[in-house]
Amino acid sequence: MSEHIVSPKVYIVIFASLMLGTGLTVWAAFQNFHQYNIVIALGIATIKATLVVLYFMHARYSPGRTQLVIVCSVFWLAIMLALTLADYDTRPHDITLAAPQVFYCV
Amino acid sequence: MHRTGDLYGHFQTLEQQKETATLGMWIFLVTEVLFFGGMFLTYTINRSAFSTAFGIGSNTLDITLGAGNTVVLIMSSLTMAMAVWSAQVGKKKLVSIFLIATLGLGTVFLGVKAIEYKQKFDHHLIPGRGFDMKYHPAHPMAGDDLKELALEKKEVDEAFAVDPDINFHGQLYFSLYFGMTGLHALHMIVGVGLLIWLIKGSFGGRFTPQYNTPVEIVGLYWHFVDIVWIYLFPLLYLIDRHR
Repeated sequence: MSEHIVSPKVYIVIFASLMLGTGLTVWAAFQNFHQYNIVIALGIATIKATLVVLYFMHARYSPGRTQLVIVCSVFWLAIMLALTLADYDTRPHDITLAAPQVFYCV
Repeated sequence: MHRTGDLYGHFQTLEQQKETATLGMWIFLVTEVLFFGGMFLTYTINRSAFSTAFGIGSNTLDITLGAGNTVVLIMSSLTMAMAVWSAQVGKKKLVSIFLIATLGLGTVFLGVKAIEYKQKFDHHLIPGRGFDMKYHPAHPMAGDDLKELALEKKEVDEAFAVDPDINFHGQLYFSLYFGMTGLHALHMIVGVGLLIWLIKGSFGGRFTPQYNTPVEIVGLYWHFVDIVWIYLFPLLYLIDRHR
């Protein structure tokens, strides 16, 4: 198996897409999409991150076991986020009530 | 340890050695994903509970500096990728040039971050005794846009009238802001150190098409730090900007 060399042309195209994504994120933040603002912001960020992983980090041309490690990291992150947020979401405990008044010093 | 040139004794070929090192770096990056993931989780829980305070806190940040820094960091990722390419095709001089460009852009990022942190001190936005999100619109500093601040002042006053705890919850936002950007900046400082080490090696013509593992590995690290910022920028700077 020989090493795959990603050409500068690909890097430039990916860089341009990342710039476009950054501009799009800033533009979208000033529009009112109601509860979807955060979804759009995270969606664009995830597309940008995927481009960086696939091309700048050469994941697309890496051996299968490296790709497995990358997928695992996302999977474990998903477990941590999903289970913790499910817990916060379903317990009848309001963390907004937990603010100790003692620390007020305005 | 037995070593022939750049090939360590327990590997058959340089290629096998590189693949092993790359895999090892990726496994380290998995731990980093979960490390930063914990902070993003804390952020998510607190933002959903105190969305008004987080929105006001986010609006006090300078979007030009934030977006500018995003561009600088993505550019540094491009130059890093180009340094890897230069090593792969054996252009030894270009390796040094692109590594120095990456170092320069990384340093610019850290400098802008320092300016931003100083602004937070000027605006009384450091969590603790002097913290007051009302202070910023009420006492504009030199260089602040007065028109923008007048609008903010009205909105901030309204928000404080509805929820007097906002200054308390705003400290949570700024604790997370400093924690997350601080940890990110710490990674950048480590990256700058690694780049200086690489540049030293590249001056000696150490990186060739046969052996460029260090450039590739540090590149993976650098791009990972870039990805963290790609998420930090919209999450910290762009909350409730449309109001």
